[in-house]
Amino acid sequence: MTDDRPSVGLFVTCLVDLFRPSVGFAAVELLEQAGCRVEVPRAQTCCGQPAYNSGDRADTKAIAEQVIAAFEPYDYVVAPSGSCGAMIKDHYPALFADDPALGPRAQALGDKTHELISFLTDVRGLEAVAVTWPGGATYHDSCSGLRELGVKAQPRRLLESVAGLELKEMADSEVCCGFGGTFCVKYPEISNSMVEQKADTIEASGADLLLAGDLGCLLNMAGKLKRRGSGVQVRHVAEVLAGKRDLPAIGESRGS
Amino acid sequence: MRSTAHAFTENAKRAVEDPQLKRAMGHVRKGFIEKRAKARARLPEFEALRDAGREIKDHTLAHLDFYLEHYEKTLTAAGGRLHWCATAEEARAAILEICRQAGARTVTKGKSMIGEEIAINDHLEANGITPVETDLGEYIIQLRREPPSHIIAPAVHLTKDLVEADFRAHHKQLPEGRSLSEPAELVAEARQVLRQRYLEAEVGITGANFLVAETGSSVIVTNEGNGDLTQCLPKVHIVVASIEKLVPTLEDLNVLLRVLARSATGQEMSTYTTLSTGPRRPGDPDGPEAYHVVLLDNGRSAMIGSEFHEALRCIRCGACMNHCPVYHAIGGHAYGWVYPGPIGSVLNPGLIGIEEAHHLPNASTFCGRCESVCPMRIPLPRMMRHWREKEFERHLTPASVRTGLTLWAALARRPRLYQALTRIGSALLGRLGKRGRFESLPLAGGWTRFRDMPAPEGPTFQSLWAEQRGTPGGTSGGKR
Repeated sequence: MTDDRPSVGLFVTCLVDLFRPSVGFAAVELLEQAGCRVEVPRAQTCCGQPAYNSGDRADTKAIAEQVIAAFEPYDYVVAPSGSCGAMIKDHYPALFADDPALGPRAQALGDKTHELISFLTDVRGLEAVAVTWPGGATYHDSCSGLRELGVKAQPRRLLESVAGLELKEMADSEVCCGFGGTFCVKYPEISNSMVEQKADTIEASGADLLLAGDLGCLLNMAGKLKRRGSGVQVRHVAEVLAGKRDLPAIGESRGS
Repeated sequence: MRSTAHAFTENAKRAVEDPQLKRAMGHVRKGFIEKRAKARARLPEFEALRDAGREIKDHTLAHLDFYLEHYEKTLTAAGGRLHWCATAEEARAAILEICRQAGARTVTKGKSMIGEEIAINDHLEANGITPVETDLGEYIIQLRREPPSHIIAPAVHLTKDLVEADFRAHHKQLPEGRSLSEPAELVAEARQVLRQRYLEAEVGITGANFLVAETGSSVIVTNEGNGDLTQCLPKVHIVVASIEKLVPTLEDLNVLLRVLARSATGQEMSTYTTLSTGPRRPGDPDGPEAYHVVLLDNGRSAMIGSEFHEALRCIRCGACMNHCPVYHAIGGHAYGWVYPGPIGSVLNPGLIGIEEAHHLPNASTFCGRCESVCPMRIPLPRMMRHWREKEFERHLTPASVRTGLTLWAALARRPRLYQALTRIGSALLGRLGKRGRFESLPLAGGWTRFRDMPAPEGPTFQSLWAEQRGTPGGTSGGKR
């Protein structure tokens, strides 16, 4: 029997792979519900941003070339992250712009690469999910997804379809949380000042659940909220859309 | 000014712990941003104007030699005199010479970032000439002997009560019991003190927001009117400006003025927009007898055609810093040299060297908010990344960081090894982090000093996927 579903190569992202595999499984479920056949190429590690943002172009290109080769066979490439998604979609083509062999391949890959939630809504036409999640949630717009990929309305539209969930917008949801990859450990005091500010606005929203589409930001904000003793739970938006209520929130354990 | 950009980390640490600065920066975070957003919303063609402005600047920079020469012709024809200055030193010397020839003892000054760049006040003082800043913010920081912390709001790092204390300390000639608690009272007092100085000054120095090649005019935009008094009352007017301030025509100027104030303060236009074209002509009611333009390169022409070319489009509105969460956290002084915020992180390394300013392009999360509001659409994050590349190429990146990166990259290029190691690592951390998070972790002090570290769930996604779906690269959905 032939499978006429579009194939999606899931770019898991290094942080999801290491810290929160459940986000990867939630993404697989959502993609399958949206009629896709999901594959996970083994030859993936990271998109190369740590090298790219440290000025190390040679290593970035080597890693990017590996990603291009691993993901070329699929109809689409989807990442549960705006940051890694934008890296493949926008920055790979720019990296190889002067390379006659890799340039067109990077561009072709970029053209079919998407951040998870915007892929579900904009490409697969998903308008609602059939899950229940009681409570009040607030959504943080992670920078790369927002400004490089235009992810803003899509997650909110899907979250509005979640039964029992009330969206409570925080002030300044578009302001960076201070993660910034290696920034948060290179300039910890500045990063801390930024995430303190973010935690204030999250708590002021009155929501008991914080959502975002990028695990880096989520680890940063969850770490700060927990350190402050806040009761706000923190999750990747895909976990809610896939109804993973049994899963402990980020930074929590079963029973905590 | 003497740079402390190399000490950025220490500067920033002090800044984030300064409660007074935090209060002052709270106003930046709200005020400027809301005002710009409202001004933008009121002008349907705002985005189109940004594009038009960018094109004007791109065109001018592409033909800068032509427009500079044309500007010299029109300026000279209007009776002005142009002083080409390749370096800050040359500019200082040119200004001092003009002041000496005018027999100046007091010089009034409008706000000028180029004035800061060439440290003209220190130079005049060292040569027995008293510079008097007439912009309120500049006047305040001159009293405090501080550099500006913002390119359009130089005293934005201060709160009202600090300014009141400064005025009481410096204006001893005024009655002690006077009320100074309202901003209007502070403004009135500064006006009163400055009025006499305008009349005393033999020379007035202003900056220029634009220079118009078509007419030879210099243009300043201000809200206090101090610039007009500075350039009209003394016998001699000196404009200090850098080469990228040029625009071809008055039409072009019009486009740029329409985005400048909206991006800067959220005003449709600044209160005063003043064009000066040469000295006083016969029949003019006022104006200076002599008009000089000190035109500074100071490293800019070397940026033309480089990765940093587009930074020369900057019209100095300050929107990038107004919207920058790093700037909000640390204020402008921490950057350590003239231009703070995202534009400073791109310009300063070009003007004072990447060795001195290497922290600045690194101290960004690449959140992209600066680029999203820049009226000239300067790709600031991309340029900061280019500086990081220069730093890396020239082995200025710390050895520990380089080694870590090389090891990590070597691993990232070997998926099998990477997955074997991460599988062990995440499983181990997952077991140790039974509470779901760590309050401290070896080698992660930068993180755990301020926040908990969420623990990995356990096995990696790749290992779980391989178990669940069988073969590596397995397909979901089972049946084929």
